[in-house]
Amino acid sequence: MTIKLGVPSKGRLMDKTFEWFGARGLTLAKDGAEREYAGRVDGIEGLELVLLSAGEIPRELAAGRIHLGVTGSDLVNEKLSNISATVQELAPMGFGGADLIIAVPQCWVDVDTLDDLDAAAAAFRKAHGFRLRIATKYHRLVRDFLKANGVADYQLVDSQGATEGTVKNETAEAIADITSTGETLRANGLKILADGLVHASQATLYKSRVADWSGEDRATMAEIEARLKL
Amino acid sequence: MPLAAPIIDEARRIRALFDATGAVGVSADVLQPAETLLDLYGEDIRARAYVTHDPLKGEMMLRPDFTVPVVQMHMESRAEPARYTYSGKVFRKQEEDPSRPNEYIQVGYEVFDGQAPVEADAEVFAKVSEALDGLHLRAATGDIGLLLAAVRGLNTLESRKAALLRHVWRPRRFRALLERFGGRSPVPPTRAALLAASDPLAAAGPEIGLRSMADVAARIAALKEDAAAPAISGEEIAHIDAILTLRNTAPNALGILRDIAVDLPAISDAVARMEERLEAMARLGVSVETLEFEGNYGRTSMEYYDGFVFGFYAAARPDLPAVATGGRYDALTRVLGQGRAVPAVGAVIRPDLVVQLRRQA
Repeated sequence: MTIKLGVPSKGRLMDKTFEWFGARGLTLAKDGAEREYAGRVDGIEGLELVLLSAGEIPRELAAGRIHLGVTGSDLVNEKLSNISATVQELAPMGFGGADLIIAVPQCWVDVDTLDDLDAAAAAFRKAHGFRLRIATKYHRLVRDFLKANGVADYQLVDSQGATEGTVKNETAEAIADITSTGETLRANGLKILADGLVHASQATLYKSRVADWSGEDRATMAEIEARLKL
Repeated sequence: MPLAAPIIDEARRIRALFDATGAVGVSADVLQPAETLLDLYGEDIRARAYVTHDPLKGEMMLRPDFTVPVVQMHMESRAEPARYTYSGKVFRKQEEDPSRPNEYIQVGYEVFDGQAPVEADAEVFAKVSEALDGLHLRAATGDIGLLLAAVRGLNTLESRKAALLRHVWRPRRFRALLERFGGRSPVPPTRAALLAASDPLAAAGPEIGLRSMADVAARIAALKEDAAAPAISGEEIAHIDAILTLRNTAPNALGILRDIAVDLPAISDAVARMEERLEAMARLGVSVETLEFEGNYGRTSMEYYDGFVFGFYAAARPDLPAVATGGRYDALTRVLGQGRAVPAVGAVIRPDLVVQLRRQA
């Protein structure tokens, strides 16, 4: 048996992941041509590289089809239920940082906190006859966050892209989205709530608790943990 | 999970008890329009109910309970007093605990009676208690009506009372609001700056979205009114706290509430109703002397109970959910009846848990 390590299959996230493992003596590389999704690992026996879309890595970890996986903590927390039983966080990797935040129009000078958002939502529902719409693709994270903070009278509307434009287009009154600098938000007339940080995400190495860990794999994993200083 | 025969038998047994009162047997569609449920419970219901999509009817939910369809049916028929009973599966997502079932039978009993609400409360409790006889369950009771009355009686702005009433079922936000209205938590610096600005709308920039500058201006006016109003007194907050921390036998709790009502006459009617209810329960054979009463009970359940609330629990199995829950939901009938309210009280029993507990005994 071999341990399967799932890594994002392209872009900066892949390059940074390769660098991170390389710095710890495990050389990850893409096989063959640039567009091929096969990879190899040098410097250790029994570890296989699987290149996947970052969005699919949480699901593959939860199904036990890969033993280890690198992906954003936002994706794992959004997509998996009962997280502590399915995956274990091994190491935050210090890159791919992005914050899931709640943002409202800059013209809402009266709204700066979740407390304000809740009061504005109540008044909005009374005035407009429907619950204040928050556009996002992170339904579970945002819902849990707003519930924990006692915000009511809102509804989530699904937005899989160009979320910052939904307010201007009047398909939502506020948004919950990933941002790293806030530049796009400001350009679209939005501002972040002072206490509106839902989740601080970064690339993270996870271990599947449900994958098949045979005797041989456990020895390999011990070696990996030693190399990665986990 | 397939329906084990003992659970079906148990559901029939409980249902027969409810049928014997003359209650009308009713059923409800498994697929319910999501919009009604979302409007009632808000977005939180999505974490608990299964949502699916119908090409013609839009978003639908697998019924998370029977209460809403039964109330809708009653609001159309308008016959009163009315008793209904039902037995069928409800569907609940379990995000945390995979051992809890996603579908299980509820056997329910609902009474719509505006003439004798206190007797109806007692009747529903006593019927459920009778159905669960011999299981040695612990009954917990409370009364959200006391807290609602206490908030309505506060000597403060209507807008503050409305904000508190809206969050009675979200204890954390309720507490934060009470602290703020009581002047016990600091005003956030951005709020202070907004209120101090001579023209707060000057820095607003271009208007985008459906929430208009008129909406913003209205909220600023409300904030100014709030900032100018005196804080809710420490004494009044202490009364609310006394109700929320109350935990005693029902007769003792009643005595303490009578004392509180001397200083807080707004709760007098609710206290009198509680006394009448205990008398009615005693007449039906409930041992009220040892009955537990908690001032805080029922605040974190679904957001529709607004009066008497109760639950039956297996004392030796704190890991199990309540075997039965019930309560009064007058406000729900007002929302679903578009302004026309009918006092209503009801309860559900889970026959699967009854069977499980009997097997253990």
